[in-house]
Amino acid sequence: MTERLTVPKTHKLFIGGRFPRSESGRSFIVTDSKRRFLANAALASRKDARDAVVAARKAFPGWSGATAYNRGQVLYRVAELLEGRRRQFVDEVIAAEGLTSKHAQEVVGASIDRWISYAGWSDKIAQIDGAANPVSGPYFDFSVPEPTGVVAIVAPQKSALLGLVSVLAPVIVTGCTAVVLASESRPLPAVTLSEVLATSDVPAGVVNVLSGHTEEVAPWLAAHMDVNAVDLTGAPIQLAADLERSAAENLKRVLRPPVDGEPDWTGESDVDRIRFVLETKTVWHPIGI
Amino acid sequence: MRFDYAPAPQPTDFVDLDASYGLFVGGEFVDPVDGRRFKSVSPSSEQVLAEVAEAGAEDVDRAVATARQAYDAVWSKLPGLERGKYLFRIARIIAERARELAVLESLDNGKPIRESRDVDIPLVAAHFFYYAGWADKLPHAGLGTHPRSLGVAGQVIPWNFPLLMLAWKVAPALACGNTVVLKPAETTSLTALRFAEICQQAELPPGVVNIVTGAGETGRTLVTHPGVNKVAFTGSTEVGRSIAQSVAGTDKKVTLELGGKAANVIFDDAPIDQAVEGIVNGIFFNQGHVCCAGSRLLVQESVYEDVLAGLKRRMGTLRVGDPLDKNTDIGAINSPQQLEKIRLMSEVGEAEGARRWSPACPLPERGYWFPPTVFTGVSQAHRIAREEIFGPVLSVLTFRTPDEAIEKANNTPYGLSAGVWTEKGSRIFWMAQRLRAGVVWANTFNRLDPASPFGGYRESGYGREGGRHGLTAYLRTGQEAGQ
Repeated sequence: MTERLTVPKTHKLFIGGRFPRSESGRSFIVTDSKRRFLANAALASRKDARDAVVAARKAFPGWSGATAYNRGQVLYRVAELLEGRRRQFVDEVIAAEGLTSKHAQEVVGASIDRWISYAGWSDKIAQIDGAANPVSGPYFDFSVPEPTGVVAIVAPQKSALLGLVSVLAPVIVTGCTAVVLASESRPLPAVTLSEVLATSDVPAGVVNVLSGHTEEVAPWLAAHMDVNAVDLTGAPIQLAADLERSAAENLKRVLRPPVDGEPDWTGESDVDRIRFVLETKTVWHPIGI
Repeated sequence: MRFDYAPAPQPTDFVDLDASYGLFVGGEFVDPVDGRRFKSVSPSSEQVLAEVAEAGAEDVDRAVATARQAYDAVWSKLPGLERGKYLFRIARIIAERARELAVLESLDNGKPIRESRDVDIPLVAAHFFYYAGWADKLPHAGLGTHPRSLGVAGQVIPWNFPLLMLAWKVAPALACGNTVVLKPAETTSLTALRFAEICQQAELPPGVVNIVTGAGETGRTLVTHPGVNKVAFTGSTEVGRSIAQSVAGTDKKVTLELGGKAANVIFDDAPIDQAVEGIVNGIFFNQGHVCCAGSRLLVQESVYEDVLAGLKRRMGTLRVGDPLDKNTDIGAINSPQQLEKIRLMSEVGEAEGARRWSPACPLPERGYWFPPTVFTGVSQAHRIAREEIFGPVLSVLTFRTPDEAIEKANNTPYGLSAGVWTEKGSRIFWMAQRLRAGVVWANTFNRLDPASPFGGYRESGYGREGGRHGLTAYLRTGQEAGQ
């Protein structure tokens, strides 16, 4: 009896709810933590980045227009689906990050819980950050947080799943849509997460995932005139400064990489990551009869 | 019917000005190192009001070092309540010296005394009073239990609301425990220098507030100075962009309040007379030198004729002239450069095919003046519908449906403010939700208040000034503060 031949997966991009190869036809080799071949991943190009921004922009009105309760449920559902695929993610995290099985299980558990934590923020943040403003005059004046729009994310380089979820969930819970550039050397958990998102209730285009070279793709996202904010958490410091300069062209909101290196992401969910992609809108109306 | 007004001049004899002013560093006025000075001219009379020092790199260096010293030695160690008490003092002194400040503002800036007296200066005092109260309540601001100050703030402000923009910058910075180096605009330094005297009068510890006068180069030196932890800028999108580029790769926190091209949307069920008042206030307030000015009027087609007739009638009653006359509605354009820019953009509007109209109004011979102007037949492609003019020039467009109104209103890289006029409540909220702008005025326009957050979406900048939100710009918060 011969051993069954396994069927390897083709790792593709995730754009507008579909899984295209790179339009450039290119791919690159992804290895595990011991530099053994894992898979070929799609090598995203400038065109792919632009397509992803178009998809994210298209998805923005619908996603930002959904009720906060609905967005919370959609994010919670992502956690449910991840739970069902726990073992696959544990294996992928072990392969990508070289963690022990026990540690990888903790990381996957934390990644699932992170979705739940941010899901709960969807209908809380407006009450935390909104306000009725006591102005000196006969006006009713209130402020509400609103999603800034399309956010480009350079995902953390080391923590391929927990780090990714920790930067992605706070962006989309607000109603923003995202283009994520996955960890350059550890993109596979991001690709698998895309497959979960594709079969979840997250509408097509709300999350778009690119794999490839950070130095090649990130500059196109940072300079793109239809991107409203860039999270540079996973960008190398030197590159981050260049990206921030490009981002100034249309005054993108910029989140700089942490100065003391990538955190271990084991902390709690971070409301400031939510605030980073929010605008405050203030509305005035006279009071009278 | 036509009313004639006798002149109602505001006396100015109680505003004493020195012939020459130094830089305000470390609690006293000092000469600039290289001795350079420039003249501050009244835009309504073209008379030189005073000479002002031009701060060079060494002066900025000294001011930043002094601010750092004051931060380390005094201000950052002071309990919040004590910081607040200094700000309360300042607020009170501003209120006591309100008339003097209003007159000086109108002399130096050219804005009508009615506005400096009734809008600018009361808001300045209110702004200090508001943030004074925050100084000992920062742990309750919802920004983490131990929000920390940033250090030295470098602040650059524009000439359109000189003292009010100073208040928007200085009050929250000090309340949050930072010290500041502030650069006023080169054409309007005088009320900032008067504010320096008020700091002395309030016995504010030396070095907590430093004021370096000068032009663009001084501002550039200040915001790029490595000793500055925080940059706050109000001004053009062009300069804001270069500031955003210059801080790339640093750990400076930045807030930018930039240009705008606000849509003011009039629906067919709006109370037309009130809407016309709102349109006039939206674009002609402060000669249109307002970043949130309602410079794009969007009128529903069915009421276009009525609105335009009412607008022209009302524009015909606006009085342009001496800013120190209490009856004046529209004062002087702040500088010859700005006047030239407004003229140029108006010529472009005509050249591109829009129809230009101004009421017959006599303009004074001396000084810089531009009549209230409205352009009709404007398309979205016209430059006067896309670019900020920063003058008393209104572009009128029309729409048929609410969807079209939103489409046109949001068709701009800016997103600072917007207006909507309708009697239908649900439509107000529908519009307010969809307008991509930081401030939406419904059935009103150009209202400002210290308790109300102000700031833009998109290329109108980032960060908010005013209200609890305004504290964020001057604090390290949450995980950033190591919590």
